[in-house]
Amino acid sequence: MAAVPAVLQSEWTKIRTVSSTIWTLASALIVTVAMSAALSAVLNSTFDELSELERATFDPTFVSFSGMVLGQLAMVVFGVLVVGTEYSSGMIRTSLAAVPQRATFLFSKIVVAGVLALAVGLVTSFLSFFLGQALLGEHRTTIGADNVLRAVVGGGLYMGLIAVFSMGVAAMLRSSMLSLGILVPFFFLISQILSAVPKAKEVAKYFPDQAGSKIMQVVPDALGSEKAPYGPWGGLGIMLVWVAASLLGGYLVLKRRDA
Amino acid sequence: MIELEGLTKRYGTKTAVDHLSFQVRPGMITGFLGPNGAGKSTTMRMMLDLDNPTSGTVRIDGRHYRELDEPLKYIGALLDAKAMHGGRSAYNNLLCLAQSNRIPERRVGEVLDLVGLTAVARKRSKGFSLGMGQRLGIASALLGDPEILMFDEPVNGLDPEGIHWIRNLMKSLAAEGRTIFVSSHLMSEMALTADHLIVIGQGKLLADTSMADFILQNSRSFVRLRSPQQERLRDVLHGAGFTVVEAGNGTLEIDGASTEKLGELAAAHQLTLHELSPQRASLEEAFMQMTAGAVEYHAHGTDVHGGEPAASGPAWGANSGWDPAPGPEAGQSGEGV
Repeated sequence: MAAVPAVLQSEWTKIRTVSSTIWTLASALIVTVAMSAALSAVLNSTFDELSELERATFDPTFVSFSGMVLGQLAMVVFGVLVVGTEYSSGMIRTSLAAVPQRATFLFSKIVVAGVLALAVGLVTSFLSFFLGQALLGEHRTTIGADNVLRAVVGGGLYMGLIAVFSMGVAAMLRSSMLSLGILVPFFFLISQILSAVPKAKEVAKYFPDQAGSKIMQVVPDALGSEKAPYGPWGGLGIMLVWVAASLLGGYLVLKRRDA
Repeated sequence: MIELEGLTKRYGTKTAVDHLSFQVRPGMITGFLGPNGAGKSTTMRMMLDLDNPTSGTVRIDGRHYRELDEPLKYIGALLDAKAMHGGRSAYNNLLCLAQSNRIPERRVGEVLDLVGLTAVARKRSKGFSLGMGQRLGIASALLGDPEILMFDEPVNGLDPEGIHWIRNLMKSLAAEGRTIFVSSHLMSEMALTADHLIVIGQGKLLADTSMADFILQNSRSFVRLRSPQQERLRDVLHGAGFTVVEAGNGTLEIDGASTEKLGELAAAHQLTLHELSPQRASLEEAFMQMTAGAVEYHAHGTDVHGGEPAASGPAWGANSGWDPAPGPEAGQSGEGV
């Protein structure tokens, strides 16, 4: 059996020696922090124009993560490219000839990339939070308030899990283009649109991004959002089920299909 | 030592590799020969456990590939020159392979030096020419200093200097006692490098023989005759019990006869000869003859262009002076396959 530490080291070398790692992760951080800051500032100045329900459920923590809708797409790209370029470059055959144990290969790659995505996600989340609060003026909250730390750490978890979910999908589809073509519209459009359509939104509540993002809310059903039949941890649990399913699917495809 | 036993690969109803059993023995170069689409690359991918066989097994020193501890130290393979990440430097591409099999980093520099890529080691492999890509692939095969080396069509697309380099490299590796398994669709290439020959066609084993035996058995010799009195000459030859093949342009070909005997026969009947020459079919022709029924992609070009018999008989080998009925017939026999 190939030694797991050796394979982890090899996967780390793979990740740090391609430029896409830097620009996708940097985009995830910059886009999320910048857009969250902008929206926090806007909401601070237009607070009085919000509806009564929105004011009653105003969630300064969640507001300071509003840039994640866009920033998560860079995490999707990172996750997809980590796995997908093995296929698009033909490297997969060289990689599997070196590490023929499919589980060792795939999960070492996902552990290394996932830990990196999680670390970047946590930094992003904390930066977004503190910058957002600074811009929210009198509507701000503090990290010490009830459930706020859970939401901020949850924001980092959410970004890491989005990346890992994308890795599983790319392993199933074996193509960067196809994976991006499905995941980006899904997270950016379909999930958002369906969550606003009656009936469809009952299903959309269980999508990985909809369920997972509950962990970032301090006020339940923040900003007049749809009531969910699960709490923050329940939502994260649903997201974890999606992630586990995508990883299992990716592993089975890698194991069964010819490289 | 690599052992294949009943190796079979089916894609739907199409059988790419059909009950293939042979051994690749150490200390020599084994050539793996077959026309395009014969199943060579599929077989090699199954040997590396990249493709799952429908049935049958491959054993490397008695073990499955997946059971090998750090496989790059047992077997190095060049399957596809471009099987590297183009955005990564040559050095880093090799480094991540080395690390996965706990091969010391200094070995990366050594193999780059061996294949002559030291000057471009830090360049992204995306910009490499086919020849440089091929050298990088060979460097990755040599990384673990393995006893077994597999090269899939290593000379494809290389310039003469590169071809010469690969040939010499394979010979020196075999001389060190390593097992070399190299595929090609060119008999002429194999004749120059291989000690042993495995020939497949349509996934089936056609020959498993030493190169010397193959040459002995398959290089057909015949005598070519040309005469202004062709009709009479043919009757005389028939009368003497020879099998005569009309090769067109007024030439006759006779198998298994010496020039002396035919010359004397013609003289005895006072026939004028314009040509009496011993001929030897090349190995390329012998290989084409062997795989004639097993060539997958025939060019059926003759009918397309209005039935004019084309000079190039079987699709992948031009100027078959060997087939008694070149051109359209060869195409038709392919259609039945």
